[in-house]
Amino acid sequence: MKKRLLAFTLIAAMGSALLTGCYAGYPAQTTGTAPAAEAAKPANDKLVVGFAQIGQESGWRDGETNDIQWYAAQHTDTIDLVFADAQQKQENQIKAIRNYIEMGVDVIAFPPVVETGWEAVLTECKEAGIPVILVDRGVDESCADLYDTQISSDFIWEGQQAADIVGDLLGGSGKVVELEGTVGASAANERKEGFDGELAEKYPDIEIIASQTGDFTRALGKEVMESFLKSYDDIDAVFAHNDDMALGAIEAIKEAGKKPGEDIKIVGCDGVKGAFEAMVAGEMNGTVECNPCLAEQIFDTAAKLKAGETVDKWIVSNDGVFTQEDAAAELPNRTY
Amino acid sequence: MKKLTQKMEFKPFCVLVAIILICGVISGGDFFKITIVEGHFYGRLIDILRNGSRYAILAAGMTMALGTGGTDISVGSVMAIAGAIACSIVDGRILGGLNGNVFVAVLIALLAGALCGAWNGFMIAKLKVQPMVATMILLTAGRGIAQLIADGKIVTITSEAYYNISGGYILGLPVPMFIAVGVVILFLLLTRSTAFGIQVEAIGVNPGSSRLAGIKVERNLWIIYILCGITAALAGLIESAGIKGADCNNCGLMIEMDGILAVAIGGTSLAGGRFSIISSVIGALIVQTISTTIYAFGVAPELTRVAKAVIVIVVCLIQSQAFLTQVKKIRIGKAGKKEAPAV
Repeated sequence: MKKRLLAFTLIAAMGSALLTGCYAGYPAQTTGTAPAAEAAKPANDKLVVGFAQIGQESGWRDGETNDIQWYAAQHTDTIDLVFADAQQKQENQIKAIRNYIEMGVDVIAFPPVVETGWEAVLTECKEAGIPVILVDRGVDESCADLYDTQISSDFIWEGQQAADIVGDLLGGSGKVVELEGTVGASAANERKEGFDGELAEKYPDIEIIASQTGDFTRALGKEVMESFLKSYDDIDAVFAHNDDMALGAIEAIKEAGKKPGEDIKIVGCDGVKGAFEAMVAGEMNGTVECNPCLAEQIFDTAAKLKAGETVDKWIVSNDGVFTQEDAAAELPNRTY
Repeated sequence: MKKLTQKMEFKPFCVLVAIILICGVISGGDFFKITIVEGHFYGRLIDILRNGSRYAILAAGMTMALGTGGTDISVGSVMAIAGAIACSIVDGRILGGLNGNVFVAVLIALLAGALCGAWNGFMIAKLKVQPMVATMILLTAGRGIAQLIADGKIVTITSEAYYNISGGYILGLPVPMFIAVGVVILFLLLTRSTAFGIQVEAIGVNPGSSRLAGIKVERNLWIIYILCGITAALAGLIESAGIKGADCNNCGLMIEMDGILAVAIGGTSLAGGRFSIISSVIGALIVQTISTTIYAFGVAPELTRVAKAVIVIVVCLIQSQAFLTQVKKIRIGKAGKKEAPAV
């Protein structure tokens, strides 16, 4: 009996721990929206933007959230941000957007968690006359005329920039291996398209000798690089579709007794903090930023849309290109 | 000779040797090339040993869980938790008082693994929840816990001591291999030198009658799932050390499937009963060899999964007794038909 009682209390304790664990993010969401919603109604002269964030999925996403909230906090006299966290669920994002329509915000902005299933809610936005900004991700073709603009990176351009860095580092000739992102991901397909195309066009003497997916992860980036190093002893450079795979590749190169950054040049994408640290240490040569700090562009565009101006259908985010020379100066500014 | 071929370990071992030999021949001997770089061995076979160790360690724990007719699908998440804890401590993000002591960090991470295992054990042994369902809780919640510990970021560390867990060498051979060998020896002692192994098999065959026969079923299940948790934590430490960071989103993602696959290829029935840890370790090496092979031959990225699946199917067919008898029957049938007109 005693044992049973003990077991029961244990379940109760663990169960409640689980529940509180699950709902930890929830109060933040409601407190985030409720006061802002009340504040939004009287202040009509302010720019009221409803932002339905996907949730916490990566350091990159957190960087984006922080930037938007920070920017709004800096401009409280002109901007009212109504923020919601959808916890990675499309239905939560749709719920938040419907909520914004009901509140009558000026502009709705959100990164669509998936590409499909937005027809209904975007039509509702259009009928309510509220402009929509898609942030950092797109929706499927059928919704093309249901949103006003999309602010996102140009992955093809990123690939081209990376190719230029590699071309410069190798002086126009050499052998390159490519660590691809997740098969089918747009970031992977378009970065590859940009990189391969630019190399073929501008640097015909640089050859891509091998290309394999590393699923955007460090562990696989390392494992694939280990294999490349055994298949070819004359690799001059690596292009990784994201910095994490590049960081994995660095470890593999070290194990092969070569010097990353010198014997084999390494270029990545995204511009995460770890990549900058590696560049400062001389182990990586360059990265093409995929900037999550979109707040300024989002709010500027929102202001234009509120004023009834027309904006481009696709606004390319301000991405930078960084090499070892400017890494040390930029490192303190890295937020993700 | 007959005795040898009837051993459970015989078939998987032959398959492993066959795969490696075929790879070696196709690659023109390149696959076997081992050189010495900076005082340690370097080559694809060494890669298989190092990267396969974490599967081997996982499979060792998983074998016992499967031997009881249960399973533990939470191992990947437990790996992430262990990696997140160890890296956070080494980095000084949590428990700063330890000054990033690697030894203590590893110890605490292993304890956390044991705790996760104990939670699984509690659900399965005490509450009689089906193992797949019970461990599914940690499978989903565990990654969230790891995210909370690591603050949703990839915690990057620079500690060389921690890196040595995966990248270090003893006598020129990778450290993870020695960890795996240690774990396997411990588990073999536990299951073959004590009654524990037979008890596990008995539980797998029939838990009810095992209990009536005086086997402490509950206690044994607790022990098994705690061991599973510890092995998962070890694998997590190796993985996070290898990339010098805790990648909570991806560390051990879907690895429970590879773990179960390794055990299944090894020949242990997923329904419980007879099990062999050595077979599972060989199975783990087969799983790793398959992916190493795919990278070595430069299979197009879109086809890697398909290639893996095809090899796994072939391996499973070779293992399947029913399939082999069917093949034999067809052969005998053909032979029989040829003889038929003559009679």
